[in-house]
Amino acid sequence: MSSQIKFTDITAGQQRRHFRENDLGAFENTYKAEITAVHRLTAIENLFRIQIVDPTDRKKFVFQPGQFVMLELPGIGEAPFSISSSASRHGDLELCIRRVGSLTNFLFRLDRGTHVGIRGPFGTGFPMDQMHGENILLIAGGLGLAPLRSPIAYVQENRNLFDNVDIIYGTKEPSQLLFTYQYDMWRADDVNLHIIVEKGDPAWKGPVGMITKVLQDIFMHRHADYFQKTYAIVCGPPVMFKFVCTMLNERSIPMEKMFVSLERRMHCGMAKCCRCNIGSTYICLKGPVFDYWSVMNMKEAI
Amino acid sequence: MLFRILKHEDLKKLYDLLSRGNRVIGPVRKGADKDGNPIYAFEEIGDFINIHLDYTTTKIPAKKFFMPFREVMADFRIKGKDWEKKIGFNIGSPFIVFGMHACDINALNKLDKVLLGSHYPMPYYAAKRKNMFIVGIDCIPQPYCFCRSMGSDTALHGFDMFLTDLGDHYFVEILSDTAYNFLRQITNAEPTESDHARYMKAASEKNRKFTAHVDTTDLTKILDMEFQADVWKKWGDQCLSCGTCANVCPTCYCYGVDESVALDLSRAQKIKSLYSCNLIDFAEVAGGHNFRPESHTRLKYRYYHKHRGFVEAYEESLCVGCGRCGESCLAGITVPEVIASVRGGEN
Ligand SMILES: Cc1cc2nc3c(=O)[nH]c(=O)nc-3n(C[C@H](O)[C@H](O)[C@H](O)COP(=O)(O)OP(=O)(O)OC[C@H]3O[C@@H](n4cnc5c(N)ncnc54)[C@H](O)[C@@H]3O)c2cc1C
Ligand code: SF4
Ligand code: SF4
Ligand code: FES
Repeated sequence: MSSQIKFTDITAGQQRRHFRENDLGAFENTYKAEITAVHRLTAIENLFRIQIVDPTDRKKFVFQPGQFVMLELPGIGEAPFSISSSASRHGDLELCIRRVGSLTNFLFRLDRGTHVGIRGPFGTGFPMDQMHGENILLIAGGLGLAPLRSPIAYVQENRNLFDNVDIIYGTKEPSQLLFTYQYDMWRADDVNLHIIVEKGDPAWKGPVGMITKVLQDIFMHRHADYFQKTYAIVCGPPVMFKFVCTMLNERSIPMEKMFVSLERRMHCGMAKCCRCNIGSTYICLKGPVFDYWSVMNMKEAI
Repeated sequence: MLFRILKHEDLKKLYDLLSRGNRVIGPVRKGADKDGNPIYAFEEIGDFINIHLDYTTTKIPAKKFFMPFREVMADFRIKGKDWEKKIGFNIGSPFIVFGMHACDINALNKLDKVLLGSHYPMPYYAAKRKNMFIVGIDCIPQPYCFCRSMGSDTALHGFDMFLTDLGDHYFVEILSDTAYNFLRQITNAEPTESDHARYMKAASEKNRKFTAHVDTTDLTKILDMEFQADVWKKWGDQCLSCGTCANVCPTCYCYGVDESVALDLSRAQKIKSLYSCNLIDFAEVAGGHNFRPESHTRLKYRYYHKHRGFVEAYEESLCVGCGRCGESCLAGITVPEVIASVRGGEN
């Protein structure tokens, strides 16, 4: 698929400035992937399962929880989506996608069997190995559960490597909750699941309020030494980062042990187009996952 | 570095030699502005007499030859649910840039750092950039030039040969063996002590002609500290968010990607177009949130990227001080003025 660069002589009889073609091959390298299943999650969110068509490429496709792919619909466009499935399933990915604009609207009209393009995986992941032996707080707001589902899968698959695990998840309304069918399974894996909505409905029996309220409640029952060995992964709208991370920091969890995922528009995923650039940082290359200390040191990051 | 001396009348011989079988790009005169001053542009040269080596600055840099404003990145053939993607790096034929100023050569060196030397080298750029041969030429500082402040008034690398006019002959710096082999075919000489002295005199005379300056001392820190400063709002109110500054800048490389599809849905194209962080939707994300909704936040971002972010990443600024952006800005916004005002000087 990759085209070759040839270098023509400018002068008599000499090959000029040879450039390694292999280095360049990655740039537009698209894997063809088939949509193998589509699940409706909410009125505006679907889970797409896509599988890289070539079995060799599929095996080679390795990623970290937190990384993303560029999904391309030929003729429509390309956009970044976090991989929302287990990293142990190479090249067979689930993407949880919200219908917001041109590309996503088109995607929601495609059937199983359609081919899409994917490039990647790109960006940084959550440093799961660092967290071994520690407590984990997985905190998501709204669509933030999409990128969080991959670290959740990691924790489930390696449950013995972690101490206390909490998933704290909030949305505006109960109808917006994602992956409701998985909650029992998470609980069965000895994960504390706390769900809260900002506004209940007649059927809603759970707590009502903001995510920070859940955190307050849990923290009341945790000893000081709990906070000494706790990591947090926070995904959601940027406003949430500030509130949640400040609260965690007040409990003496270092900002370097909190991880967030930043959102920017991305056109290349390869630190070239500058769409995602903040100062000297390309979110697509050095992120989207950052520790909160780094985010605090970036202007206009959130 | 090797130095040679080339007689004025032999320059045409060099041109003829280089242009044999190669495209030559060089500065030509395109017309005059309202005050009668000539307007120059880089264009393909058919004849040596069309080259104006004594040109001031071209309105638009040479970037269209290695970083076109619009470029097809890939073609798709679509058949129902399936498709094939064909990538083309648009290699083009090799070319010679005959008469490039030091600032523009330095601009290429900076672009090379991001587009070639980084994590994912960019083949679209490499394909053209690696097929260039550059003849540099000395220049006369213009009122808007501040390349000396940016350390770009001389080029140390990034060219094949560089000519400095010493009156009746050129002082030639040779950097590539390609250049050496070309030069071997025409009459030239070893420079003497007096040629060296004349070269140094010419250089110091040039230095004295710079009028615009930018104080870059501690600039990265100052930009950080003054991030919320009111002066940005002042400049932002003036800025039209037109993106001209990025258009004419030899180091601006930001782009956007669009796809278009044929009416019968059988073919599609992926197209890269140069963009500008001054344009309103540059930092907009899904859901309509815009990280830089006001013109001053975008203008500030352009300065921030060039004079702070890039310095942090590459230990140099992403501005060569060519002054083109200030010259072309309809709102009269110039880099020396903006930086001076952010530093708290005159504004
Ligand atoms: C690292 C990363 C991971 C992500 N992961 C996920 C994920 O897991 N799931 C997910 O759903 N999303 C994710 N996103 C967001 C996703 O990339 C965007 O939602 C996607 O780009 C939307 O594409 P679209 O073409 O459908 O929307 P667009 O058509 O690009 O529209 C997006 C928004 O842009 C605005 N807009 C578009 N066109 C115009 C116009 N002409 N004029 C004015 N405004 C306009 C609108 O406000 C619209 O809401 C992620 C983003 C990043 C950076
Ligand atoms: S600074 Fe000048 S050229 Fe640049 S966007 Fe603003 S008005 Fe246009
Ligand atoms: S920012 Fe302005 S002065 Fe600096 S390189 Fe670009 S056009 Fe030239
Ligand atoms: S997406 Fe292009 S630079 Fe990050």
